Amino acid sequence: MRVKKFIPLFAFVLLTGLLFRGLSIDPTALPAARLGQPFPPFAQPELLSGDEISDAALTSKPALVNVWATWCYSCRVEHPYLLSLAEQGIPIYGLNYKDDSAKARDWLEQLGDPYRLNIVDVEGSVGLDLGVYGAPETYVLDADGYIVHRHVGVLDEGVFTRDFSRWFPVAATSESMPAAGGRL
Amino acid sequence: MRRVEKVLILSALWCLLSVSLGARAVIETYAFSSQDLEARYHLLSQELRCPKCQNQNIADSNAPIARDLRVVLFEQLEAGATDDEILAFMVARYGEFVRYRPGMDRQTLLLWAAPGLLLVFGAAGLISHFRQRRVRAPGVLTDVEQDQIEQLLREPRA
Repeated sequence: MRVKKFIPLFAFVLLTGLLFRGLSIDPTALPAARLGQPFPPFAQPELLSGDEISDAALTSKPALVNVWATWCYSCRVEHPYLLSLAEQGIPIYGLNYKDDSAKARDWLEQLGDPYRLNIVDVEGSVGLDLGVYGAPETYVLDADGYIVHRHVGVLDEGVFTRDFSRWFPVAATSESMPAAGGRL
Repeated sequence: MRRVEKVLILSALWCLLSVSLGARAVIETYAFSSQDLEARYHLLSQELRCPKCQNQNIADSNAPIARDLRVVLFEQLEAGATDDEILAFMVARYGEFVRYRPGMDRQTLLLWAAPGLLLVFGAAGLISHFRQRRVRAPGVLTDVEQDQIEQLLREPRA
């Protein structure tokens, strides 16, 4: 009967363990439902050329797909880092999400263009198919074109080294900020 | 004269009523083709969770993504999709997370089983508690205890 006395203690320890574990769970982390699937098919205009492009246009792999918009402040914060990644030869495709295309073209002209091409998604339909819920978000497509990683929020060197570098082993850490300049 | 006044008041009331009806129609953004669809829209929009502001359903949330999902929901309902098809569409994009009533799988098994388990544990606890009480209850004393009591009663009061 001695064991019985300790039941409240066991219950307390169990509950404490459960709650402590709860503290280390990020409640805002959203499971990416599209992981392990190919990029959803689309047919949308390209931002600069105006040509209609489809998912077949995402030819360089592995690649990043960056969801951005001019109304998104964090996108401005991560933009210089995207430029430096592009300079290192990492293919980046843009998804211009629910944006004004004229403003988006101005943005690329003024701040530099890290993207191979940009999918215009004024309605947000490609974003919806991808499971985007805000900007910026950055997806990794592996060599076969499958979505293997999703990052929500600003992409910076720390995040890249931690979560992205295994798909892009050649990308060394960058010291220099690239000069703003258009590249396509 | 009385009749004219009555007519005037009635027509004024009618004007007020039609104004307020007009205002209602503006608030209702979606024009459903049937009441059944509208009822299903309300049910589903309360059951789908907004991916951005996670403690609100898409009916309550003002987030752009919630608005988009409401539009999708409306369009799919009007296109004749079943509830299951719509939920599958949402789950394919935003995961099981998007449902406030997630389906049963390995991840959500504990969630679904928890109320039943708690009920069973609680009932077991209560039953054992009352059983023990009943064993002790009759107040039958051991011989030693009885002797002690009698001794105490025999003692002179101070």
